[in-house]
Parts: sequence; structure tokens; C-alpha cells
Amino acid sequence: MSALSFKLRAPPPQRLDLSALVPARLAGLDQAAIERLPIGTTRAPLAVGEAFAVRMGEAASIAFEGGSERFDNVGAGLDGGDIVLEGDAGLFAGRGMTAGRLEIRGNAGAFAASGLKGGCVEIGGDVQEHLGGPAAGKTRGVSGGVVVVRGRAGARAGDRMRRGLIVIEGDAGEFAAARMIAGTVVICGAAGRLPGYLMRRGTLLIGGAAEPPPTFVAVGGTTEVFAALLARALAPLSRLAAGLAEVPWQRLAGDMATLGRGEMLLPRQKC
Amino acid sequence: MPDVILNGVVIEDGFAEAFDMRATALVITAPTLDWARQAAVTATGFATSIIACGVEAGIDRELEPVETPDGRVGLAVLFFSGSTTELQKQLLARVGQCVLTSPGSACYAGLDGVERLKLGDGLRYFGDGWQIAKRFGSKRFWRIPVMDGEFVCEGSTGLTKGAVGGGNLLLMARSAEAALAAAETAVEAMRAVPGAIMPFPGGIVRSGSKVGSKYKGLPASTNHAYCPTLRGMTASALGADIGAVLEIVIDGLTPESVAAAMRAGLVATVALGAERGAARIGAGNYGGKLGRHHFHLRDLLP
Repeated sequence: MSALSFKLRAPPPQRLDLSALVPARLAGLDQAAIERLPIGTTRAPLAVGEAFAVRMGEAASIAFEGGSERFDNVGAGLDGGDIVLEGDAGLFAGRGMTAGRLEIRGNAGAFAASGLKGGCVEIGGDVQEHLGGPAAGKTRGVSGGVVVVRGRAGARAGDRMRRGLIVIEGDAGEFAAARMIAGTVVICGAAGRLPGYLMRRGTLLIGGAAEPPPTFVAVGGTTEVFAALLARALAPLSRLAAGLAEVPWQRLAGDMATLGRGEMLLPRQKC
Repeated sequence: MPDVILNGVVIEDGFAEAFDMRATALVITAPTLDWARQAAVTATGFATSIIACGVEAGIDRELEPVETPDGRVGLAVLFFSGSTTELQKQLLARVGQCVLTSPGSACYAGLDGVERLKLGDGLRYFGDGWQIAKRFGSKRFWRIPVMDGEFVCEGSTGLTKGAVGGGNLLLMARSAEAALAAAETAVEAMRAVPGAIMPFPGGIVRSGSKVGSKYKGLPASTNHAYCPTLRGMTASALGADIGAVLEIVIDGLTPESVAAAMRAGLVATVALGAERGAARIGAGNYGGKLGRHHFHLRDLLP
């Protein structure tokens, strides 16, 4: 059966809260019930049917035709099934997901994959700041699952990450993997100012230009076995990242301004 | 029922009686196959019988780089025990003392399953706080700093309660040389069967045992019915033409793997013939009342 699809009628007149349009909340609803669901975020009420032309299909698979940077909370709380967004997303795409797959074929706004616990978020374009980072009042960012960004990421990607894997195929902004608790962040391009700032544990692999903070120290030894495991884990997600994992690294430990059990891996020729 | 004779070899109308066991498998990798083998041989040493070793273990097969998690050469090794507690204890002791210590080694789960045994999750403390956990998908790996770099070890490995221990063949020959030739031939064929090991030295046991002893506290003693030097003095199972007996004991992850290994051994021994190898092939059992797996030799014949 085909996907349950939502075709955007016109650019939305206000920011939309699309957290209701996930498989678990749409299962068992008929078209009229779905079209009545409120998605507005202002005093002017807005229902699904006003913003989207709904075509019924299998609720476990949802497709958005047309996107907008006003599409907030796309796939938030997703706990199974898949969502494909043909266009851009706004804030908090995939927030708190525990399972399933969210694919955004355009760009995504700030706090994409915020507090991700499981599943996979793939963003075809660029993503703004705080990728995977904790929402206001939260203490942790990504605590499981996989995030893949084919473009660039804004500042503080992977902030306070606890577990999981973030792959950024382009460049990352300043403070990438800042305050990281554990997990793995791979940046295939360059990283902005102070990557790994105050990271406690975890792995930050940067393929492009990067200026490690002065509180990271070079360490020796070989980690080829881990490199091989990392490359194999990355291979199904990003050929670019998997290739990067196999090049010889310079390994730095840090951030010594805090616990210092994290590691920053830089291609050896760049050091 | 009359004995079956194939290529001059008498196949007795008997069966091997085998038991349910707990088992796990590991994948041990290293920079070279020699070093992977060194780690595997060390870890599976002194693991011939649960009677006194706690665990029965052996190398299952060589693994190509594409078959291992880290893309290096490796070996699959199997561990069997009668209890999960003992298996867990032996696993950590052996991997900790024999694989962790071996240059360039890494160790991974060789068996999937919902029930798990600790591997790196128990050994990580050797890292004294410097160990790093890394989770990829559903698997967690520990990176423990050691003097040649890192020891990478998967957090846990699968446990099966459907394993079988105690499959066996008794190879009876006219001389010790012929018995050894038959046993070597059988073991070589059985090693090609995946999921099964022959835990005794070189896969062969010369001291088959019976349950109990005349001495208090001894759980097993020599199987006097199969000792040629006792023929005539006791109720012997050996005819006048038999000069030596060797046994091959098989543990497998499934009853099918034990049966396949026994079949491979039977076929190879029969092909060798009675002159150069075994004149009779039998199997050890306890009357069929102790173990629920009965491998009848006749059923295994090609």
C-alpha cells in the first residue's frame, strides 16, 4: 500500500506544529479525522486539511510533498515507521525520536534530532544550529540513534550528546560536539572554532580543517581495530565518512579542561 | 541386528549418548592468522572435559577477513559447559588471561541470541577507568588501553542452551598405530564441520572414562571395558583382534552439528579401511537413560 501523503496546498500562513503527523498518532484515523487535526501555533486555528491535501495510505509510511522552514516538529516522537519530507523542515525535526526513520530531503532548522533516542534521521541538505542538541530544560542531546546530514551543520552540532552517531558530510560550525558526554560525531568537512569544547568522553572525527582547542593533548598508539569497526559502522550511512575513518589519524585526548576522556581524530597529514 | 561392515570396517549397532549443554562462540582476530591462532589455542587450552576443566572448548574454524567484524583474519572458537554460571566464569577468565594478553588481538561475539554472557562488559575494568565504550547499532564494544595500543572487545556474546556435548566415536583398531591413523583421519574430516569441536588433545582422547570409580569422590575413572590390557581380566567390550582404542568426543552448537561431525568422521574412517585404520567403530553411551540425545551410528552412515 502507498504512503499516507500530505501535499502542501500553499506556503503555510503560520508556523506549523506537525508532531501529530506520525504513524502512531494517525493509525486508525480516517481521512476526515486526520484533516481535522489541529496543527496551528497561533490564535488563528489551522487544521491539517486546510494546509495539506491528504491522500490516504498506509499510516506506517508518511510522505510530505512540499516543505517549509515553518514545518516544526516533523517526526517528533516518532517511534516506528518512516516519514519522508520532500522539502525543508523547521525547528525540532525528529525531536525525541525513539525508532523509525525520518528523511528530510531539503534543509532543516535548528535543533533537528534534538534529544534523539533511537532510529535514524537523514537530512539531505544543510541543518542549522544545535543539531541533536538538548531542548530548553533538557540536560542531554542525542542519547541514541543515528543522524546523517548530507550538507553543512550550524553551530553546536552534537551538543551534550550522550550516545549514538552523528555524521555531517559537509562543514560544521563552531563548538561542534561541545560538552559531549559520549557517542560519536563525524564531520567530513571543516569544523568551526573550538570543536569538542568541554567534551568529557566520546569520539569526534574531523576530516577537514580544524583547530583543536589548546586543552586537547596529542596521544600515541594505534587504534586500527577501532578504525575498522568505525568504518564498517559508517559504510551503510555515508561512503564519504567511511572512507575518512580508514585514513591514518592523529589522535588527541580532551577536553582536559573537564574529564578529558574524549578523543578527537584528525587525518594525520593535517597535523 | 547383525553388524554392518563397510570397506572391512565393522559398524556396531550402537549409539552415542549426548547431553544438553550451554555454549557460546567467540571470534578472535589478530594482525596475522598465527597470532589469532596463538590467542585461540591459549584460550581453549586445558578445556578438554568439564569433569575437571570447567569448560570444554576448541577452535571451530578459520575466518576470512570478510567474516570478522574488524576485517582482519580470525578464528571462531566455541566454549561449552553444563551451567551458565560456570561458562560465564570461564569465559571471562580465559579471554582475560589469554586473549586480552595476546599481541594485537581483538575479541567479538560469535553467537547471536537474546540471552547474553558478559565479555568486554566484564573485562573493561582492566582499563582502570581509561576504557572507552563505543556502541554501533545494537552492539557495544569496549576499547581497553594496553601496551601495544587497544584491546577491542565486544561487550557481550550470545548464549545457547540448545548445545549438545558428548557425541562420540570409539575407533577400535588392531594396533595403536592404526587406531591413531583412524582417529587422525576422522578428526581431520570432522574439523571441516562448522559449529562443532573436538575438545581433547588433537581432537582425540585415549583415556575414555566411565561414570564413577571404586574410589570415593572420583566422578570418573578409566573405561575398563575398552582397555585392551584388561581384556581377559574383566568384562571387556573388545574382541581378540583389537589392540587399541581411541575415542573422539564432539561438542556442537546444535544436535545437527554433532551428527554432521560424527557422520564426517564415520565416512572418513570407513574410507581408510580396516587394515590401515579402525577395524570396528562403536559409540559410548550410558544405556540411554542419562542423555536425551542419541546418535545411532547406523543412522549416520552414508
